[in-house]
Amino acid sequence: MSGATRVGAPVLQDYAPIVGQAEIVELREVAARLKDRRVKMVNSTAVGGGVAEILNRLVPLMEEVGVATRWEVITGGEKFFHITKAFHNALHGAPYEAAPEWFDEFLATNEENRRRMQFDEDFVVIHDPQPVALIAGRDSASGRWVWRCHIDLSRPNPQVWQFLQPWVERYDASLFSSPEFTQGLRIPQYLFYPTIDPLADKNRELEPEFVRGVLERLGLDPGRPIVTQVSRFDRLKDPVGVIRAYRIVRKYEDCQLVLAGGSASDDPEGSVVLREVQEAAAGDPDIHILNLPPWSHLEINALQRASTIVVQKSLREGFGLTVAEALWKKTPVVASAVGGIPSQVIHKLTGMLVHSVEGAAYQIRFLLTHPEFAKRLGENGHQHVKENFLLTHNLKRYLTMFLILLKGD
Amino acid sequence: MKRADQPFQFMAASYLIRIAAQAAQSLRELAQCLRTCSEASIFYHTFQSLETHHYTSFSSDFAQWALAACNEAALAERLAVVDLREVVSLAELRASLVDTVEAHLRDHPASADRKAYESFYFCEASEITVPFGPPVWTLQEMADGIRLLGHQSLHYHFISSRLRPPFRMNDFSDWIEHRLGLPRLAAQLNRIDFYNDTLDDLRRDLLALLESRQGR
Repeated sequence: MSGATRVGAPVLQDYAPIVGQAEIVELREVAARLKDRRVKMVNSTAVGGGVAEILNRLVPLMEEVGVATRWEVITGGEKFFHITKAFHNALHGAPYEAAPEWFDEFLATNEENRRRMQFDEDFVVIHDPQPVALIAGRDSASGRWVWRCHIDLSRPNPQVWQFLQPWVERYDASLFSSPEFTQGLRIPQYLFYPTIDPLADKNRELEPEFVRGVLERLGLDPGRPIVTQVSRFDRLKDPVGVIRAYRIVRKYEDCQLVLAGGSASDDPEGSVVLREVQEAAAGDPDIHILNLPPWSHLEINALQRASTIVVQKSLREGFGLTVAEALWKKTPVVASAVGGIPSQVIHKLTGMLVHSVEGAAYQIRFLLTHPEFAKRLGENGHQHVKENFLLTHNLKRYLTMFLILLKGD
Repeated sequence: MKRADQPFQFMAASYLIRIAAQAAQSLRELAQCLRTCSEASIFYHTFQSLETHHYTSFSSDFAQWALAACNEAALAERLAVVDLREVVSLAELRASLVDTVEAHLRDHPASADRKAYESFYFCEASEITVPFGPPVWTLQEMADGIRLLGHQSLHYHFISSRLRPPFRMNDFSDWIEHRLGLPRLAAQLNRIDFYNDTLDDLRRDLLALLESRQGR
């Protein structure tokens, strides 16, 4: 087990110009009711992916308001992460036939981590399926345990879900990114939107010169429309589908396509999918495949700001924080109506929802040719994120949840 | 500056959305769920949503779903017209919503079982309130406090308060009328239309009224 590295983060007061002083004062007031309480957050990767990003920013703020919070990351071998990646895909509905020994391996790795960890905090929040069986470490002295599910569970593979469900139902509460993801559990299920940090390198304001410099370094032409998808190289993000949509658009409109991604330490499939994407893009100099390292936040930020349209053509999606990131930057978004994306993209109001490659192509063309409408979508989208999907909302939801658990709701 | 005979205590309110067991995939199922869901769900989908809806056609989730997922514009308009300022109980509100949906289905029986584009998931808010700041005794102190209220707390005091005794009254007006003896100002505040504005607009309107009274 390793403690996750965190970089210096802004303090709560820095968010006042964005969310208003009133929200900050109230947050402190609510947090005062949890003074001296302790929290443990556990997930499966310290770098890469939305969960690690959220925790990297959330944990320092929780500590700042007086709720001592420790973030720990489980460890496991290559086999364990292959199994959890397969579970992840299966829970998103992919066909899957698990061998019994894989469940044994999953539980054995959870047990190894459980033995190394202590759970004497008032609240333990376990993120996603990988560490779900740590609940075996709960004893009579333990505090409240919460399972935070970041993935789309609306159509899970029955074999995997039937294995996980008894573990999940040992928790005191569960948190989902969309009501559609819930599974009729016997424990309370709460709606918990993931959030972005408006002051993080990935989202903060950038100087136009810096943005131009990034485009230049990446070989992009700032004088022509740029259509971008930012996502891990993962089949569920359908990067090849984005290329197909782009090829349809290119019959009518001039534009460049950027597929910017990277990989997370708990995703062993990334390099395979990257090769598939490179093959699909071969021969077109206007398709830019960028395999970026995890610390490329400023480059991602610049790309999202410089893009004419940001696409998120996922086949399944937990929430799709890249959509909130683009909306925050007032960049118009074309995104699949899957997972938590419809919570962010209200069709024709904060973005355009699509259901197919052809639909994505059609809406990209529409926005490329209707810039005023696209601008209005971007402005609405920014406001929508400001009201619902910022880090301070997440902090308040956690504090509220802890108080509700203490109250025994 | 006039001083109240009893102070007003601001509360910091925060909500967590609990996902309930019911989900509807058609208007018939919506009517069934409306009969059996919790009163907290009825409240959440009709008035909690006032806090965040600025882009959708209707602030009521039921109305928005009838429009966007069922393509039933007339029903949506009738569901949306319920005015919190006229409702005195959630039981009454539930009955009104059920009657509206059932009347529509009597006139349009083919709509009853048509599958909606997306399901409607019933939710409710779990609420936490904690005293916020010192008690206030004057209009000036109340205005200062309103400036510092977050959105959820503003909603708690001005909107959801109308379904707490004494009903149809927001917390500020109740105090201004009964503790400060200013019924006209209380009525003016209570009449602010919160349906078509954001909560920041509401705060601005509240402060304008309070400050105009102090300016006299």
